[in-house]
Order: sequence, then C-alpha cells, then structure tokens
Amino acid sequence: MGILEVKGVNKRFGGLQALGDVNLSVQENTVHAIIGPNGAGKSTLLNCLVGKLIPDTGSVMFDGQSVLGRKPHEINQMGISRVFQTPEIFSDLTVMENVLIPCFAKRDGAFRMHAYESVASEKEVIERAEAMLEDVNMLDKRHMHSASMSRGDKRRLEMAMCLVQEPKLLLLDEPTAGMARADTNNTIDLLKEINEKRDITMAIIEHDMHVVFSLAERITVLAQGTPLVEDTPENIKGHPKVQEAYLGQAH
Amino acid sequence: MLGIDKKDRNLLVVVAVLALAAPFILNPFPAGSELAQFNAGYPDLMQRFVIFGIFAIGFNILFGLTGYLSFGHAAFLGVGSYSAVWMFKLLSMNVLPAIILSVIVAGLFSLLIGFVSLRRSGIYFSILTLAFAQMSFNLAYSVLTPITNGETGLQLTLNDPRVLGSSATADGSIPVTNLFGLEMRSTYEMEVGAWLFQFNAGYYLCAFIMLAAFYLAMRIFRSPFGMMLRAIKTNQTRLNYTGLNSRPYTLAAFVISGMYAGLAGGLMASMDPLAGAERMQWTASGEVVLMTILGGAGTMLGPVLGAGFIKYFENIFSKINDSVLHGWFAFLPDGMENALVTIVHPFVGKGWHLTLGLLFMAVVIFLPGGLIEGGQRIAKMFKKKKGSSSDDDSEHSPKQAPHVAE
Repeated sequence: MGILEVKGVNKRFGGLQALGDVNLSVQENTVHAIIGPNGAGKSTLLNCLVGKLIPDTGSVMFDGQSVLGRKPHEINQMGISRVFQTPEIFSDLTVMENVLIPCFAKRDGAFRMHAYESVASEKEVIERAEAMLEDVNMLDKRHMHSASMSRGDKRRLEMAMCLVQEPKLLLLDEPTAGMARADTNNTIDLLKEINEKRDITMAIIEHDMHVVFSLAERITVLAQGTPLVEDTPENIKGHPKVQEAYLGQAH
Repeated sequence: MLGIDKKDRNLLVVVAVLALAAPFILNPFPAGSELAQFNAGYPDLMQRFVIFGIFAIGFNILFGLTGYLSFGHAAFLGVGSYSAVWMFKLLSMNVLPAIILSVIVAGLFSLLIGFVSLRRSGIYFSILTLAFAQMSFNLAYSVLTPITNGETGLQLTLNDPRVLGSSATADGSIPVTNLFGLEMRSTYEMEVGAWLFQFNAGYYLCAFIMLAAFYLAMRIFRSPFGMMLRAIKTNQTRLNYTGLNSRPYTLAAFVISGMYAGLAGGLMASMDPLAGAERMQWTASGEVVLMTILGGAGTMLGPVLGAGFIKYFENIFSKINDSVLHGWFAFLPDGMENALVTIVHPFVGKGWHLTLGLLFMAVVIFLPGGLIEGGQRIAKMFKKKKGSSSDDDSEHSPKQAPHVAE
C-alpha cells in the first residue's frame, strides 16, 4: 500500500473526459513524477488530490483515509502540502512571517483565536521558522518584503513554507515552469537536497524531462487522461509507447 | 511591559498624552478671539473625536487587516445606540451596563450578518453588508418602530420604568447619564488668562475607553491572529493550502470590529441618550470607510487620525459662513474682498464636503497610505536633512514593519 492511493478516478468537464480511470500509487519515501503532454490531465489529477476538484467516480486515499469531499485546508492538515506552478506566497508579508504562518497552522490547527498573544513571544515557533530559513539559505533575507524577491527565491520560500510543516506528502506542480536554466538547476539541487535530508515523499508534476529524470524514482506517464505506463526512469526512457505519446511529439 | 514592544509602547504613550491633554491641545486660541471658532476643545466635539476614533479603530481591524471592505458598519453602531438607550430606559442611568449591552448586542448582530456576508468576498461582500445595513435602517423606520420609535428616534421620557433608579428627578426632569454617580455632562472649566479649557467627565470616560480599545487593537495587530488576517488579505489561496480555514478568521475579525462599532454606538448614547435610525444609514457607513482610508488603512494610528480630521471638518469648517469670510478679508479693497469671498465660499460652510472631497482625492492619489504615509514621508525628509541614514520609522505600518517576528 502506498501512502497515496488513487483508484479508478474519472473526471469529466462537459464533453471532455479529463481523467479516465486513473490508478496511481505513490510509495512512501519516494519521488514520484507524473509526466505527460499538455492537456494530459496532470493538473486535473493534482487538483483532485488537494480538494480543489472532486472526481466524478473513484477514490483517493491518503494515509488510509479518503480525501474526497474534504476542503483544501483539511487535506493540508492531514499532511499534504502543495507547491504551485507560480509560487503562491504571502507577498505583503516578510519572509519570516511567510514561514511563521505554516508553523502556526501546524501547531494550532485550522483556526485558533490567539488574538491576545504576541507573535514575538512565540519563541519556539520563531526558532523553528528560523531553522527552516537557515536550511534553505534564506535566513539573511528574513526581514525582506517577500514581494521584492526574485522568482527563484520565491520558489525557495514557498518550498520552505511547505517543508516547515513536515508534510507526509509534498505535491509539486511544475516547480520549474517558466524558469531560466540556472534557476531550474538550482531548484533541482534544492529538491535533491530536501529528498536526501528529510526522507520525504514527493509527487512531482512536470513538463521538463531534465527535471524528471534527475529526480524521480518512479514515473507515471499520463496521456489523454489515462496512465499509459508506470516504471523506473531508465525503463521509461526507452519505452516505445511513451516515445510515441510524449517524447516523440513534444520534443 | 503590557506585552508590546518599545515602539508600540511609545506610540501608546503618545496617543494617551494626546487624548488626555486634548482639552488643551484642541483649544489653542483664546476664547472670544477671532480664531476661537477654530477651537475644537469643547466636550461635544471631543467626545465625537474619540467615539468615532473607536469606530474607525474597529473598522480597521476588519478592513485594514483582512481587506474585506464592509459598507454596513453603521448598522452595528446604530444597534449599539438603541441597546444603550433601552438600558437607560429600563434598567438604570449608569452608563456601564448600557455600554456592555451595546457591545454584546452589536457582537451578536455582526455574527449574524458576518456569517451570511462572508460567504462572498470582494465587491459582493461589500454589497451584502451594504444591503444588510440599509435593511436595518429601513426596518428601524418602519416595522421596528415599537423598538426604535421610528422617525422621532428613541428618547428618554418622564415615565420610563427604570428598575434601578427613578423615572424622574425630584424637580420633575429626566435623569442624566452617569457613571456610578459621576454625571457624564459634568464639566470642570478652567480659565487661564484669556483661555478657557473644559474638562468633561463624559469625554474622559470615552478617552479612557478609546485608549483601552487602541491597546487591544494593538495586541490584535501584533498577534498570530492578526498575522493570519493580513495573510488573508494577501493570498487566501495559499492560506487555505497551508491548512488554515479563512472563514472563522474573517468572521472573528468581523465580529470584533462589529463590537467596536457597538461600543462606539453605546458611548454615543451614553453621552447623549437618544438614538435615531439615521445613525445606520449608508452615508454613516461610508464615513468610517473614508476615515480609515484618509488616515491610513492597516496602520495603528491612521484611523484615529482620519476620524479626527473628518469630524473637525464637519464641525469647524462647516461653521465658517460669509460674514466670517468678510471679516477675514476686510483689510482688502471692497472689490477684491467680495471676489475672494466668492471664490472661497463654495469650500467652507455648507460646502465643507467639497474641501473634504478634494482632500480625500489628494490623499488617495498622492498618499495611498493615508495621512500616516504623509507623516512618514515628512519624517523621512527631515531625517535625511539631518544626515541620518536610518529610515526606520515605520512603527505605524505593520505592512512594512518586520519587527513583529523578532
């Protein structure tokens, strides 16, 4: 049993079958990539996992519990954190505050009326956030306004915000989309580092073959809403069906 | 001390000194002089300054932190006023139970309205709150007349069944509001040379409550809860995917600001025990929005400043009439005098709205951070002239102040 089990998921938008009978199993402590050409249903699948969309049929089990019908914040509290295609951070807040918020969310749950305590007195939480920022080499930027940072730094910050929650599963939606080659390589290094240091389970949705083959331990290829094949990167590279559906066309 | 850092403590001290010394500060001109009409240090107006300050501080907790623009906050103020007057009619002329009841009732009412309105955000939220407030306003005029006394407004009468206390005083008049015997209208007058300073009991009660409200707002601003509210304003998507449920946070902010409005309404009735439906009209709701934006939304001091500004304009500028203008320009030749009066006339007296409107436009265009931003810019210029490189004067603005996390 994997930590994430997707069984027989279908999703239709009007006449379009976005997902057709998707089965997927992500094993604990692996990096699992989901690849596929544009319109293959990668993002739809991801949105079904985080509670943004509800599949028409099928089941999504995480850590032995169904996530279907739960709201995004409930699914996050179960242990799934998500990195977006364009970094979603609190851009009016400082870097430090950006990391403090997930710390509080992890400690206090979805809502707590802590209106009379001051943030500055929460020493433990602050230490945790600082340790996290140190880990991603951003401690010197902690007072910076996060809106004024580079795209790469925003991505790094978003990753720190997810990691500080110590999620059981980290979902990454095209983490290098729109990045320059240097930034892409930095992100790959960061992800590798995270993976080595933390034994974290990651599911990556990605377009960029370079990223996928340098990170993933398992790869699922999605085409027209259906998984074509699931295997190790070595086997995927040479797979004729994959070449035809994806590599042959797109690259 | 007090659980706030040094900068905030200094700010609190400044506000406290300003509030307590207001009878002096607002009366800079000798009584009877030409300029005496610019004096704002009389009890009625000073009370209004701090009461609307409380209203704006509360509104800022919702609008300044979460960015949810409510156009119906006057409804809570009105409800607070009605509750207080009913308390005077039925229980006692002591202001304390009246104020407590008005805060509770406004809190419950805002819980109801907030629960429904917060299902939507942005413009739809604003419209929903506006609709609720107008509904309350119209109900107060029509079907709720038994409670609100309709157009006449709710007033004390000589046969109120006051449980603790008497319906009428010995000499047959309506008793006055008091705090354990201290009459709200009692005023101590101090003459210093040509100056006349007035120290009013009601004003000082309002001022102390305003200081408490300001301190509480400060705590909220610096709390994890306040940080979550600012996060809601910035990026609700990220907040939800960070495991936080934004709805109870916004609702809590809405109810808190509704209770502040109720407190303001209760104080208003405590100073002058009557309540009318016009307090709930949309123009009254719009006024607090103007105050907050004019002073600086999301800043600690801004809303209080904005409230003071608008109330000053409303009460002082509106009193300047043509004969006063003629008095000012009397030293000029007749033709020029009349021409100047004609030019200035639309901006003062009944035209004070025009001046305020222009000022508001100027602030929104040139100082999006409100009057506080103006003050900060001036302070910065001043510091540069002195040759200091520090530009660290953002204590009023949590948006730029990273010190909460230190």
